[in-house]
Amino acid sequence: MNAQSPNDYSAYPDANGRFGDYGGRYVAETLMPLVLDLGQAYEDAKNDPAFHAEMSGYMTHYVGRPSPLYFAERLTQHFGGAKIYFKRDELNHTGAHKINNCIGQILLARRMGKTRIIAETGAGQHGVATATVCARFGFPCIVYMGATDVERQKPNVFRMNLLGAEVRPVTSGTGTLKDAMNEAMRDWVTNVDDTYYIIGTAAGPHPYPAMVRDFQSVMGIEARAQILEREGRLPDAVVACIGGGSNAIGLFHPFLADESVRLIGVEAAGHGLSTGQHAASLTGGRPGVLHGNKTYLLQDDDGQIIDAHSISAGLDYPGIGPEHSWLHDVGRAQYVSATDQEALDAFQLCSQLEGIIPALEPAHALARVGDVAKELGKDGIVLMNLCGRGDKDIFTVAEALGSRL
Amino acid sequence: MTRMRQNRITSRFEALKTEGRAGLITYVMAGDPDVETAFEILKGLPAAGADLIELGFPFSDPMAEGPPIQRAALRALKAGMTLRGTLDLVRRFRVNDQTTPIILMGYTNPVLTYGFGPFAADAAAAGVDGLIIVDSPPEEAAELSDALDVAGISLIRLTAPTTDDKRLETVVKRTSGFVYYVSVAGVTGVKEADAATVAPAVARVRKASNLPVAVGFGIKTPERAAAVARVADAVVVGSALVEEIASAAATDSLAAPKVLASVSALAQAVRMARLDVSVT
Repeated sequence: MNAQSPNDYSAYPDANGRFGDYGGRYVAETLMPLVLDLGQAYEDAKNDPAFHAEMSGYMTHYVGRPSPLYFAERLTQHFGGAKIYFKRDELNHTGAHKINNCIGQILLARRMGKTRIIAETGAGQHGVATATVCARFGFPCIVYMGATDVERQKPNVFRMNLLGAEVRPVTSGTGTLKDAMNEAMRDWVTNVDDTYYIIGTAAGPHPYPAMVRDFQSVMGIEARAQILEREGRLPDAVVACIGGGSNAIGLFHPFLADESVRLIGVEAAGHGLSTGQHAASLTGGRPGVLHGNKTYLLQDDDGQIIDAHSISAGLDYPGIGPEHSWLHDVGRAQYVSATDQEALDAFQLCSQLEGIIPALEPAHALARVGDVAKELGKDGIVLMNLCGRGDKDIFTVAEALGSRL
Repeated sequence: MTRMRQNRITSRFEALKTEGRAGLITYVMAGDPDVETAFEILKGLPAAGADLIELGFPFSDPMAEGPPIQRAALRALKAGMTLRGTLDLVRRFRVNDQTTPIILMGYTNPVLTYGFGPFAADAAAAGVDGLIIVDSPPEEAAELSDALDVAGISLIRLTAPTTDDKRLETVVKRTSGFVYYVSVAGVTGVKEADAATVAPAVARVRKASNLPVAVGFGIKTPERAAAVARVADAVVVGSALVEEIASAAATDSLAAPKVLASVSALAQAVRMARLDVSVT
């Protein structure tokens, strides 16, 4: 039995918010003092046991943590390889892992004396989670959402409205998630005194990538302890889908020092990597600067950002969190992809074999889990993040399958 | 060569000081609404009264811009404009104008894609004098600054109402030419600057930097330009001009004469501003 091999993968970012060459704080000067303040406020909170105690209370009694670790027996039999476990963050309040981060950030916003909350959302899951914590803690909430997504995701828009949030459709640029993020930044730069911006993924200017990762790491910490208790050993592979990458980094991070554990991120290949219509920033992009950080991006020869495509609105983003870019380059994590069709197939398979309707996002991860399980063989263990439930996707899936609801 | 280029901005501000007036800096977007119209506008700016020229190069995700400049960037991209194309425009402009300083303004990613070193060399050769990169605060700008220093291009920094005295020291380090004071917390072309807060802010930035201070964001009319020209070394007008290009393009009328007429009106207001004060 080897001891953990010592390494410093989890020692990042550095003081400048860098994961190797990635990350940083590429924002306008007007925002720079706010971003620096936020970094300091987060450092203070991180070192304050009272902050953690309060967060932990809400995680237990409001979110419903810890989430179970579930042995997916029938999928395991189906693939005929390694044992497949699901980390079931789809059972959280609001139906996805997004709430973990929102609880942390709303407590930080309150601690900083901010009085107004803004957020961006793609599919609406982060918007719903933000609207939820704003309702719970009594903050006015404005959610920026691409106009095309507002149209595609009406149930989530209605949910946010029910929770008291104002949803502002974004028509600038191409009216997608990246434009919603631009618009939220513009709001922030205009309302510097009272506003806190809850970014939904592990991207943006430092400290967001580190902070969102820390709040989401609760998943990996729990999962690591749970699998050790169940199986008496660590898994051979840990698999998660990647849009911006918050669920993946939250699950991966506590395993970074366990070098025997393969970390596998699954990007959205949309219609296929060769079609150019995909959201696979690592597989099909190159490093650049967008939304306050340096990271892999989908872009043309002039450095203009290209729109992403995925059947899953939650993965439909032309960038990725900077820590993933670094883990990719140093080779600690491996990044693969799954197409829309593969995700749809996995979505149905999981529904029929396990009685769990997954969100389209983790359905991408599941599409690769079968390969990994077969490769590892019967003695292996693979752990996947089932980071969201699929209720929100039934209209999209119905349309893709040619059914009318 | 290098010294001449470095001096275009400095000599222009020295001349303005001698004349006892503020300068007018006009912002237009390269390639907006199309390449040839943009060149015609660019070519006409000095005669219309622009003392320095800010030329935007388009980026798909301009997160510090209000709707007018966002739309200008989209029009320019649709017209096929790139950072290379922007340098071509400058090169053509320099055939007939060796003295008006040109400052390129935009976002990090196109410059990073071009490569900092190659960009700085090509920009200097094309006749660019300065560069403003909105999303490159000093903390992230060392590599870019090095490349620009080699080529003799000024890196012009933005300071904002949120920049306190301590931070101001960091911000004005490694800057030259002038400092751009963003007079409102917000995006371009939306909120109007409060004239009462501009004067002390300009004095603060001037003291920290020992450089001329240009003021921009939210200056739309000759009256506002004149008010700011009384306290600043230069006034930047962008969104208002860009809006005129948009409306001319939308109605198929000629954008260049319309925009240049507005520049003349602004220039006149800026030139008269300090005289007005002595009269009233």
